[in-house]
Amino acid sequence: MLTLENLSFDVADAKGEKGIIKNLSLTIGEGKFVVITGPNGGGKSTLAKLISGIEKPTGGRIYFDGEDITDKSITDRANLGISYAFQQPVRFKGVQVLDLIRLAAKTKLSAADACRYLSEVGLCAKDYINREVNASLSGGELKRIEIATVLARSSRLSVFDEPEAGIDLWSFQNLIQVFERMRENTKGSILIISHQERILNIADEIVVIADGQITKQGSREEILPEILGTSAAVDACSMFYKGGDKK
Amino acid sequence: MIDEIQKTLLEQVAGLHAVPEGAYNLRANGKTAERNTTANIDIISKPDGSGIEIHIKPGTRNESVHIPVVLSESGLKETVYNDFYIGEGADVVIVAGCGIHNCGNQDSEHDGIHRFFIGKNAKVKYVEKHYGSGEGAGERILNPGTEVTMEEGSYMEMETTQIKGVDSTERSTRADLAAGAKLIVRERLLTHGHQSAVSTFDVNLNGEDSSANVISRSVAKENSYQKFVSRLHGNAKCAGHTECDAIIMDHANISAVPELTANNPDAALIHEAAIGKIAGEQIIKLMTLGLTEEEAEAQIINGFLK
Repeated sequence: MLTLENLSFDVADAKGEKGIIKNLSLTIGEGKFVVITGPNGGGKSTLAKLISGIEKPTGGRIYFDGEDITDKSITDRANLGISYAFQQPVRFKGVQVLDLIRLAAKTKLSAADACRYLSEVGLCAKDYINREVNASLSGGELKRIEIATVLARSSRLSVFDEPEAGIDLWSFQNLIQVFERMRENTKGSILIISHQERILNIADEIVVIADGQITKQGSREEILPEILGTSAAVDACSMFYKGGDKK
Repeated sequence: MIDEIQKTLLEQVAGLHAVPEGAYNLRANGKTAERNTTANIDIISKPDGSGIEIHIKPGTRNESVHIPVVLSESGLKETVYNDFYIGEGADVVIVAGCGIHNCGNQDSEHDGIHRFFIGKNAKVKYVEKHYGSGEGAGERILNPGTEVTMEEGSYMEMETTQIKGVDSTERSTRADLAAGAKLIVRERLLTHGHQSAVSTFDVNLNGEDSSANVISRSVAKENSYQKFVSRLHGNAKCAGHTECDAIIMDHANISAVPELTANNPDAALIHEAAIGKIAGEQIIKLMTLGLTEEEAEAQIINGFLK
């Protein structure tokens, strides 16, 4: 349903152009639960932003359900059925949790219906529905609300950028269950960027990205044993050494 | 009787669709049009015709007073002095507001000076809305002045809103607080076009354990100008907080001038002021929910001013 074809993303830096994503091709199948992992700085978040339209690729094409969406705006992609959960959720002064969920669902949801999405992400709905999405919420609370907005959209493709980032260990246990349920109940495809073994554990497919390229790709059974040992660490080191002379 | 234009203005400034319940005084084009008093709330005209006095008996509870003003004649200028006497232990809601419809070429101006004398342990919620309409070249000018004298243990919550259509506003608010008195002010302001809005607060925390919280949220669009001055004077053991949060857009201009003066070592005073444009990531987030950039902007402003 989603096809990335020879995708590149370069940024200008002091030494000229720097490739963040390098000629990357990937297909996400219908109804699949795909986890992208790999070392920090490898281009994973950039890839998620390219898919949602927040960044525009410098090369290559993106197809969604066969349609070329490379030049489409964030809004157009959202309306075609792509959702994106931010790694660092945005705060809004004055906008209430209920407002945000209603905007996401695109209907005048009743407070009770909106509460369902909050309960789904493990928040006691009545305590949160009228709260403002502002600095009074903790990182973990914001993150759950962010996930609830994506659930409320029930999109064809949902992209989550490191849902575990900024969440404490205790809340994380809870969050895993959210994704396990999502895996069972959602009809659309799910793409998650994550480093967590327990999320990798429920993937249909795992893609490892390092230095802007896919270094491994395959079923969970195939990939997970490889990266749980030392190979992921080796990836990180090889990247680190690239900057220096050490071989 | 009031006409259709005045009815629309009334709806905007006082949320009124019909004659309100309880005590009210409706002023239309410089004259009192309708009035009602209750057993506990008396409204009388000042002998010199410069305004009205509202007397609320001690212990009056769950009653409200509406004193809307509408101007629909072009070129009308007036200054009105209204005094509110709120008896000990009363608990009331006062709704004021001014709507100007100016379709002529002369300026219309209403300067309302409201003085509040709030008795011991009395509670007042004061709501004031401003609204302007009409396509004429004449300006719609509102200059409200508010003076509040708060006795021991009294409480006042003041909400002022000016969202549309007023060309020029100079608001000045002064409050003197005795021991244990508490004042909360929430100002909401949106300016556009070439509008100008200046708001000045002077709060004197005179009594022990008095407290004040003055909060302004505003949006300045296009070529409009806003200035927010908030002065807190801590003259006793007290707590004061003032906050100005503004969104600037287009070619607008905003000044925020908080000023704290402590005349007592136990005065705890805080100010916060922030001016900035709408954060790009807020717009992006709403676009990922399917809103266009314009829709996202409108939602963010709506929420901010809610």
